[in-house]
Amino acid sequence: MKKVYTRPKALTDKPFHYCPGCTHGIIHRLVAEVIDELNIADNTVGVCPVGCAVFAYNYFNVDMFQASHGRAPAVATGIKRSLPDRVVFTYQGDGDLASIGTAEIIHAAARGEKLTTIFVNNAVYGMTGGQMAPTTLLGQITTTTPKGRDKEQAGFPVKMAEMLTTLEGAVYVARVSVHDPIHVNKAKRVIKEAFEVQLRGEGFALVEVLSTCPTNWGLSPKEALKWLQENMIPYYPLGIYKSPAEVK
Amino acid sequence: MKKVLMKGNEAIGEGAIRAGCRHFFGYPITPQSELPHYLAKRMPEVGGVFLQAESEVSAINMVYGAAGAGVRVLTSSSSPGLSLMQEGISYLVGAELPCVIVNVMRGGPGLGNIAPAQSDYFQSTKGGGHGDYKLITLAPASVQEIIDLMAKAFDLSDHYRTPVMILGDGILGQMMEPVELDKVQEVKQAEKSWAASGMRGRSTPNIINSLYIVPEDCEELNKRLFAKYHEISQKEKMWEEYRLEDAEVVLAAFGTSARICKSAADKARAKGIKAGVIRPITLWPFPSEVFQRAAKSARCFLTVEMSMGQMVEDVRLAVNGAKPVHFYGRSGGMVPMVNDILAQIEKLASGGEQ
Ligand SMILES: Cc1ncc(C[n+]2csc(CCOP(=O)(O)OP(=O)(O)O)c2C)c(N)n1
Ligand code: SF4
Repeated sequence: MKKVYTRPKALTDKPFHYCPGCTHGIIHRLVAEVIDELNIADNTVGVCPVGCAVFAYNYFNVDMFQASHGRAPAVATGIKRSLPDRVVFTYQGDGDLASIGTAEIIHAAARGEKLTTIFVNNAVYGMTGGQMAPTTLLGQITTTTPKGRDKEQAGFPVKMAEMLTTLEGAVYVARVSVHDPIHVNKAKRVIKEAFEVQLRGEGFALVEVLSTCPTNWGLSPKEALKWLQENMIPYYPLGIYKSPAEVK
Repeated sequence: MKKVLMKGNEAIGEGAIRAGCRHFFGYPITPQSELPHYLAKRMPEVGGVFLQAESEVSAINMVYGAAGAGVRVLTSSSSPGLSLMQEGISYLVGAELPCVIVNVMRGGPGLGNIAPAQSDYFQSTKGGGHGDYKLITLAPASVQEIIDLMAKAFDLSDHYRTPVMILGDGILGQMMEPVELDKVQEVKQAEKSWAASGMRGRSTPNIINSLYIVPEDCEELNKRLFAKYHEISQKEKMWEEYRLEDAEVVLAAFGTSARICKSAADKARAKGIKAGVIRPITLWPFPSEVFQRAAKSARCFLTVEMSMGQMVEDVRLAVNGAKPVHFYGRSGGMVPMVNDILAQIEKLASGGEQ
C-alpha cells in the first residue's frame, strides 16, 4: 500500500497539547514538512514564543530556543548573526509578535535579518485566557472586551503583514489561512518559499497564518473554521504582499 | 612591556576581544558609549559582529540568542538601560547561559543624570530581575584591572554557565590610564556541547529554555542554581586589602570610591590614625571572610559609596555585629572627596559617632 502521509521527521513523536480544533497543530506540521522537504533539519534552529506555542520546542525535532514574550526576533537575530550559515525561524502568536514584541519584529524586518517568521494570528490571546489581542476584530468578544472590541476604547486591529510590507528589509511577506485543505496546501507552499528566501540569503521573510482558537472564541472546532473564513479573511486579506521578485 | 593610554570604556572592549569575544549587541547610553564606538570599529577588524540593537530589551535578547548558540558575547549599558535588560538577564540565568554584561553606572533613580554613581549595586548583585538568582559581579578599580578582569569574566561565565556583570561607574569608564595589553592572554574556550546551534549530526535536539512548568522541576532548577552559587562563593571571591594589617578604622569601598578611600587612608595614617581599606572585587560573591578577620582588630568600619548606602548592607552582614559599621555616601552623581572621607575617619578615630 502506498503511504500518503507520515509524520514529518522534523516533528518529535510527542503528542501536541493544543485544544481540539486548534490549528496551531496544522501549522506546526506544515513547518516540519517544509523542513523535511528542504532537508535542513540538521542545520535549523527554531525560536518559540510565549503563548500557546510555548512548548513548540518539544515538538520540533531541531535545535530550539524558548524566548521571552515578544523577543523571539531579537533572539533569532543573535543566533543568526553568530551562526550565519544556519537556518533560523521564529514561531510567534499575535500577542507575542503584534503586542509586546512589536519593536522586535519591526526592527528585525527593517534590518533585513535573514530569518523566517511564522506569525500565527488567531485574533486573541490564547494561553492567558482569551483576552483581547492587537489583532482582535472590532466587535469581537473577548475576556477583556466583554461587550465586543470598541474602537473608541481599544483602538483598531493591527494588520501586521501590511505594515511590515512597507519595510525594505522585509523581502517576503504573505498572509495565508489554514481553514480548509485547499488553503492548507497553499499555506505550505508559501511557508516553503519563506524558508527558501532565507536559504537564498535574500532578507527577512514573514508568513502570517490565520488560525483558530475554538476554546477562547467559544465555538466548536467546525464553527471556528467558519468564523475565521467569514470574519477574519475580510479584514485580513490573504495573499503574497511582497516577494523578492518585486524587490529586485 | 609597552604601555598604551586607554579610556576605561575602550579597555572593556579591547579586553573582551582579547578574551576571545567576537559578538557585541548594545544600545547607546552615556557614560558607556565609547565602548560601542570602539567595538563598531574593532569587531569588524577581528572578524567579529557588532550590532546596534533597537533597544536594551532587544540587545540582551540578542545576547540570549548568541549565548545559546555557543559564542562568547558581550553587551553593555548604563543604569536606565540595565533596568531594561533585567528581563533578559533573568531568562539568561534561567536558561543557564554564559555572557558578560557591563554596567557603567550613572546617577538615578529615573533618568537621573550622566554623572558617575554606584547606585546599581542592589540591582546588579541581588538578582535585579524576577526569580531566585545571583549574578557574579566584578568591580574593577582601574583601567588595567578592567582589561585583566574581562578574560576572567568570560571564563567564569563559561565555566559556571551564568551571566557575569562588570560593574563600573562613569569615572572608570571615562578616565584614561596607561595599560599593558600584552599581559592579557587569549584564553582557551570551553566546549559547549549544550548549545543549540543546529543538530549537525547530533541525534537529539538541544533546547535552550527557562520554562519549568512543573513546580517540582522549577524548584529543582533553583536548587541546582543555588548549589552552583554555593560553589562560586567557595571558590571565586576576590578582594584587595590596603594597609589592613593593623588598621583600626577599616574603610570598605569598591571601584572608584575605593581609590579615593586609599588616598584618605594614606592621609589618615600621616596624621597617626591607623586606617586601611578593603576593596571587594567580587561584589557577589561578597568577600565576607576578610571583613570577619578585620573585625578582630578593627575598632570600626566605614563604608564609602557613591550611593545612599547599598553595599553597606553586605558589610553589616559580614561584620555581623562584631564592630560598628558606619556609612558615608554621596549620590546623584556626586563623588566623595578625600578630605570629606578623612573628616569621617578622624571623627571615628576620636571616638565620635557610634
Ligand atoms: C512579559 C510577559 N507578559 C505576559 C505574559 C503572559 N502571557 C503568556 S501567553 C500571553 C498571550 C499570548 O498570546 P498569543 O501570542 O496571541 O498566542 P496564543 O496563546 O494565542 O497562541 C501572555 C500575555 C508573559 N508570559 N510574559
Ligand atoms: S487556547 Fe486557543 S490557541 Fe491555545 S491551544 Fe487552545 S485553541 Fe489553540
